[in-house]
Amino acid sequence: MNIGETLLKLWNDSGFAAMTWQNGVMLLIGCVLLYLAIVKKFEPLLLCGIAFGCILTNLPSAGMYHQGLWNSFMAEFLTDANGEYLLNELGEKIANPAYHNFGTILREGGLLDFFYIGVKTSIYPCLIFLGVGAMTDFGPLLSNPKSLLLGAAAQLGVFAAFLGAIALNALKGIIPGFEGFTALDAASIGIIGGADGPTAIFVTTKLAPHLLGAIAVAAYSYMALIPMIQPPFMKLLTTPEMRKVKMEQTRNVSKAEKIVFPIAVTIFVALLLPSTAPLIGCLMLGNLLKETGVTDRLSDTAQNALINIVTILLSTSVGATMVGSNFLTGQTLLIVILGVVAFILSTCGGLLSGVVMYHLTGGKVNPLIGSAGVSAVPMAARVANKEGQKANPSNFLLMHAMGPNVAGVIGSAIAAGFLLSVFGG
Amino acid sequence: MTNITLGEAGIIALLGYAVVFFGLILLMAVTVLLGKFFVATTKKTAAKEDAPAPAPAAAPVTAPGTAGDIKLYNVEPKTAAMLMAIVADKLQKPLNELRFISIKEVEE
Repeated sequence: MNIGETLLKLWNDSGFAAMTWQNGVMLLIGCVLLYLAIVKKFEPLLLCGIAFGCILTNLPSAGMYHQGLWNSFMAEFLTDANGEYLLNELGEKIANPAYHNFGTILREGGLLDFFYIGVKTSIYPCLIFLGVGAMTDFGPLLSNPKSLLLGAAAQLGVFAAFLGAIALNALKGIIPGFEGFTALDAASIGIIGGADGPTAIFVTTKLAPHLLGAIAVAAYSYMALIPMIQPPFMKLLTTPEMRKVKMEQTRNVSKAEKIVFPIAVTIFVALLLPSTAPLIGCLMLGNLLKETGVTDRLSDTAQNALINIVTILLSTSVGATMVGSNFLTGQTLLIVILGVVAFILSTCGGLLSGVVMYHLTGGKVNPLIGSAGVSAVPMAARVANKEGQKANPSNFLLMHAMGPNVAGVIGSAIAAGFLLSVFGG
Repeated sequence: MTNITLGEAGIIALLGYAVVFFGLILLMAVTVLLGKFFVATTKKTAAKEDAPAPAPAAAPVTAPGTAGDIKLYNVEPKTAAMLMAIVADKLQKPLNELRFISIKEVEE
């Protein structure tokens, strides 16, 4: 036995020998994200998993996640190394046996590939919504239904970013490596403006799975950065007088009303946009479990154990999609820029509709609560409350802002349903 | 529909924003109606609870001396009632001014 040969073989088999510069950069990005999660406490519950998934997937030779398997999973026909379709003797395209075949994934995949099946089948976003529903109190929305308008207005960024992504196609060929965004890519990028992680993942998985890593990271990063992104625009679009407005106490909502609401919303929204039924259905089921008063054990599981387990699986598998060769492109940079623009425009949409309401109600509505229409429960409502207290220390806007906040969740789900309907999700 | 022009994207964006508003305005209408229904129901229930309770039926005025139980020993109630009526008749006193302690059959 030759010691030198053995050591060489060990080296060649190690991940170090197979390491590319992209892997190195992504390991660094993973560590930076972990720093942000642990030290800066930016959405740590999600960012920890995403960052660690990013590190795991960029360890060469570990075989935990196989981008190639998923590319093959999505390809209906076989192609050669240049991406040209393979043809049979009759000149027809050859069907890919791995197309939409989970058996291939289970047979040849690694641990993170198995986790990722839950993303691909949209199980995780829906289960997260179940937990979110079990944690949500729709009381403020029911006591002030006008909040729904603020939630609708705050979806402005979704459609503006969609438009922006298509407009950026003019840069095709100017930015190195940028081949333009398809309408499906643009729709997935736009949904970042909904400030709703599970919805963004749900839409992207169906329309543009190759962008999942960049979109999920952008969506969750901006949600974490809400306390920094929103306040400058709150001050820009409102006057100190508007921010000082103290809103009146909302009415009490009966238990029966809270029970009927999730049932009515599910039926109504799912009939309006059937493609959004999985998200809205799970959100409202979770809420119903909370409100019935006879399913406390299920509600407790949904808002604690279940959502925690799914968060681990979801965040790790989203992080796993951050494969260096896919992630480090000009396209990712554009997605990050479009994402923050979408977020800002959604905030502005909510604020401007708040200003309109302020004038229409003769100054009874504090327009700051409009900014909470960007979903991101409850962070956006807290920011509105904080800014309101800065203007008037005796002002408590939190409960008033929770109305548009949960309306934003429903609004972003409707926006997602629309995009899925149009682009064939 | 994967490659679209900026004009088409603009129309889709406008339509999408309108659909979100349309959906949430309809949902607002449903919520308002639900709220009105439940507020009305709650008011009705509260009104019923707040309404003054009906005065308790006046207690029957009983003549003094008629209170208490009568003990019957080997006597049918029907027979006892007849006996009391006879006694009241013999004494020329209304029955409710008499007090019977017990009626007992005397065995020979």
